[in-house]
Amino acid sequence: MRINCPYCGERALEEFTYRGDATVTRPDSLDAASEPAWVDYVYFRDNPAGRHREHWHHSAGCHAWLVVTRDTRTHEIVAVEFAGKGKLP
Amino acid sequence: MSIERDVAAQYGVMRYSLGSLLVNAVTGNRHWKPIWREPEPKPAYDVVIVGGGGHGLATAHYLAKEHGITNVAVVEKSYIGSGNVGRNTTIVRSNYLLPGNLPFYEHSMKLWEGLEQDLNYNAMVSQRGVLNVFHSDPQRDAYARRGNAMRLHGVDAELLDREQVRALVPFVDFDNARFPIRGGLLQKRGGTVRHDAVAWGFARSADSRGVDIIQNCAAIGFRIENGRVLGVETEKGFIGAKKVALSVAGNSTRVAAMAGLRLPIESHAVQAFVTEGVKPVIDVVMTFGAGHFYVSQSDKGGLVFGGDIEGYNSYAQRGNLPVIEDVAEGGMALMPVIGRLRILRSWGGLLDMTMDGSPIIDLTPVEGLYLNAGWCYGGFKATPASGWCFAHLIANSAPHPLAAAYRLDRFARGAVIDEKGMGAQPNLH
Repeated sequence: MRINCPYCGERALEEFTYRGDATVTRPDSLDAASEPAWVDYVYFRDNPAGRHREHWHHSAGCHAWLVVTRDTRTHEIVAVEFAGKGKLP
Repeated sequence: MSIERDVAAQYGVMRYSLGSLLVNAVTGNRHWKPIWREPEPKPAYDVVIVGGGGHGLATAHYLAKEHGITNVAVVEKSYIGSGNVGRNTTIVRSNYLLPGNLPFYEHSMKLWEGLEQDLNYNAMVSQRGVLNVFHSDPQRDAYARRGNAMRLHGVDAELLDREQVRALVPFVDFDNARFPIRGGLLQKRGGTVRHDAVAWGFARSADSRGVDIIQNCAAIGFRIENGRVLGVETEKGFIGAKKVALSVAGNSTRVAAMAGLRLPIESHAVQAFVTEGVKPVIDVVMTFGAGHFYVSQSDKGGLVFGGDIEGYNSYAQRGNLPVIEDVAEGGMALMPVIGRLRILRSWGGLLDMTMDGSPIIDLTPVEGLYLNAGWCYGGFKATPASGWCFAHLIANSAPHPLAAAYRLDRFARGAVIDEKGMGAQPNLH
């Protein structure tokens, strides 16, 4: 598996560190009422067999945070984007 | 016992004994019978277990034997032994640290010790010892703490110094510059069990008690009305059930989703390796946690070894090259003799990695639907206790005391069981 970093080009898997599901969103509020949303954000995952949007850090490269869309059944990588606002870091 | 004999006679299951071995040996081994039937599913059962792996079959065995529930079907999408029960590295141990885990895994160890008599089946239980090596004072403290926790729970543990480790594994690199061996934690009762035989033994025992094992019959949905499960839609049609039990670790998310459940689980892959056969070289299971490598030797002579999980979500039953390199480097650092051996095979299996690294055996929000999931990379050693506790849960609709910590709501309650202290990051457990 190789990841095509938008900044560095295609690099080997060893250069990257995995963070996990990129689709979960952190709740804004710290109210008690938002506790279920926090539990869901921290612990529960869709875990799809198929396309998965996930965070990777180019830790042995440019240190960019990436959102990689990958098929979890074949490891085929469909898209790689910057995790920020799409600009160069 | 008489019922057991009747069922055995009806289905032609023969008990293994020295006498039966001799008789079959002198008659050319022509009279052995299949050790379980291949029935078509009945329209309905008291319990349908989804997943004919080690845990599902153990659950069926204990449901029949301990709770007298025999109107049971096990539905398996492929053949018995095709999943993780036939893909692991066969290690059994109970060297855990936390109170939620220790009594459960020790119960599993005790069940392993009596398993072959219980099943009348040779599972090649080999209590050859499990040795964890350490390399520094802080690591020694951590293993002393773990060993003390084990002994407080009545589990055997011995803290070994460097020379005691040398007596067990003289060939390891004691003076490695980065990871010199300072000692180890030994659980003598740990060891290995022939994994396929565990699946076959549990299957045979459950079948002989009347359980229907239905292979090549994937579950494709659940019939749920008014919050209560009514049965399982399968490739061989609908099977009604008063109770449905999920035991499909590796694919728990996908199967539970068919019942509308969302789980605190990511699927990951882990690899294992076996070398060509050589003469006896290592007679314990040795783990090198700092270097991400563990090894034992099979009875055929091959070194069986592995390391870390792949580290990213995966439903591919295979891994990638970086972990292969990492495991090989760990092996070379610990025991340079391994460099002369050729690897015969490597393979991968799918894991339910939970958010705290510990399993789930619990009721679900759907009435009559029970969940056994989240075994991470350690499900094999848990097989008998998992079946034992899951059968209790199914029979009584209440958790077994030994699995009382393995509740699905523990994440919301903050009562996680995090052996490694890594937080909600499955690839670090």
